[in-house]
Amino acid sequence: MNDILHTLPQVLIDGLALGAIYAVVALGYTMVYGILELINFAHGEIFMTGAFVGTAVLLAAQGTGLAASLPPWLFYLLIMLIAMMFTGALGVGIERVAYRPLRKAPKLISLIAAFGVSFVLQDVVRFIAELRTGNYIVSSSSLYGERMSLPASSISSLFGDATVKTNTLIILGAALLLMVALDRFVNRSKWGVAMRAVAQDRETASLMSINVNKVIVLTFFIGSALGGATGVLFAQQYGTIDPYIGFILGMKAFTAAVLGGIGNIRGAMFGGFVIGILEMFASSNLGTLTGGSFGAEYKDVFAFSILIIVLIFKPEGLFGRAVKEKV
Amino acid sequence: MAILTVASLKKRFGGLVAVNGVDYSFPSGEISAVIGPNGAGKTTFFNLITGIYVPDGGRIELDGKSLVRVKPHVIAKLGIARTFQNIRLFGSMSVLENVMVGMHIHLKSGTPGTILGWGKVRHEEQEARRKAYRLLQYVGLERHFNEEASSLPYGAQRKLEVARALAVQPKVLLLDEPAAGMNPRETAELTALIRRMQRELELTIILIEHDMKLVMQLAEHILVLDHGEKIAEGGPAAIRNNPKVIEAYLGKNAVEEGVMA
Repeated sequence: MNDILHTLPQVLIDGLALGAIYAVVALGYTMVYGILELINFAHGEIFMTGAFVGTAVLLAAQGTGLAASLPPWLFYLLIMLIAMMFTGALGVGIERVAYRPLRKAPKLISLIAAFGVSFVLQDVVRFIAELRTGNYIVSSSSLYGERMSLPASSISSLFGDATVKTNTLIILGAALLLMVALDRFVNRSKWGVAMRAVAQDRETASLMSINVNKVIVLTFFIGSALGGATGVLFAQQYGTIDPYIGFILGMKAFTAAVLGGIGNIRGAMFGGFVIGILEMFASSNLGTLTGGSFGAEYKDVFAFSILIIVLIFKPEGLFGRAVKEKV
Repeated sequence: MAILTVASLKKRFGGLVAVNGVDYSFPSGEISAVIGPNGAGKTTFFNLITGIYVPDGGRIELDGKSLVRVKPHVIAKLGIARTFQNIRLFGSMSVLENVMVGMHIHLKSGTPGTILGWGKVRHEEQEARRKAYRLLQYVGLERHFNEEASSLPYGAQRKLEVARALAVQPKVLLLDEPAAGMNPRETAELTALIRRMQRELELTIILIEHDMKLVMQLAEHILVLDHGEKIAEGGPAAIRNNPKVIEAYLGKNAVEEGVMA
């Protein structure tokens, strides 16, 4: 018990950072699902592409010395904006090429198309990365890699101190900013209201003068841009990326979306933080809790078990509303 | 003066001909009704006008401009709004938001401003809300503005659909069985509201309705469909005594036995 309390501050910090990443990626899943009832499994790969685009820009700028001439925060912001524009456009392109022609087809067909898009993105990114660097695993330096100590032991001697990377704070700040911006957009702006209307009843929305295709394109752009931004944050936090990081991370973000109630934006944010914190908690404490029978490698089993338990008792997710059977 | 004209309009679903060569001109600024027994093709007729279905033949023109193969949201923009036989509100959105969806094309976008909460944009948002609120006052729903649309009583939901359609600022308003399921008091209110909209907003109103009392009270022009074909047209008095109409509603024997006479 003491061990658990001792590591708690560190678990919370790391869990929040990871959870923020899951939360923002989960938004992409939940938004597209809300509009099209399509699980866009390629979204994890869009996140991954964002990480690579960000890293490529970073490495290129460091090579030319451009990076040194800019203040690091401005450079960071620039990288994120470039990655967001790129992945946003990528998401729109994927919708146009792979999903729109299948919109009237059964949902299963679009789902398989999404898997196809995932593989294509993985291989294209791997190809380009190997072509440019000779290796598909790419490392980059962190712009804000310095660590500081959070003296949690001064609150109570039960807690141990935690170390915090500056980048962790940037992740939390950026994720929060993106989430608040999205929430405002969806609830207050003209296009956000249109988006919710299309999510509820596409045909009626079109009869109220809303251009449904434009709303769908906008949804893909925003969701994918959020995914790309998170990719940059992720690459900055963990330093090493490869073309396959999108798969597991995408699965967990999708889980977060389901946990919060898929289609529900605030639910996805909450679900992301829950999954992130649970995962970190399990990874540092499973060994202690089970007397060494299960180690940190079972953290995913733990997180997914929680999901299954929640869904047994609340199948519509924590924030979802029970879907009424359509007559 | 006709505002909306259909000519030899045709729609097939497999072997079934839902609308078969209908010609009609709806006079501008007046109330018309489309009536007919169940399955006569009335709602299909509305769906063709609003662009949900593409006709298999014939013309649809609004102010002389063809609406064939035009997307529904463009037709709405051109000035045709509608309500639905089975209410189709955005149930989990508030009453006010439902009206704001109807205002979509008339709102300024200002997305970055909305997110940052700039003063000017905030002012525009408030202005839009005020407009939506005034429309709710017009149909008498302002007390419910902040409630979830699906929580409204049935009659109020029908009125909200009317307010949402008005928010599009149409020239032509299509009402699909607006009085269905209403009690006599609600029907009387609705009749007054439809008259008021026609007079004050200079709207052309076309309604599908089974309540013959309401139709005869309101409509100056009536189009009667049966099995997708036009069987009669004219003013209320002429339609009431038209043997073909009586036959379509009550069967052949009724005419012979003079039930309606």
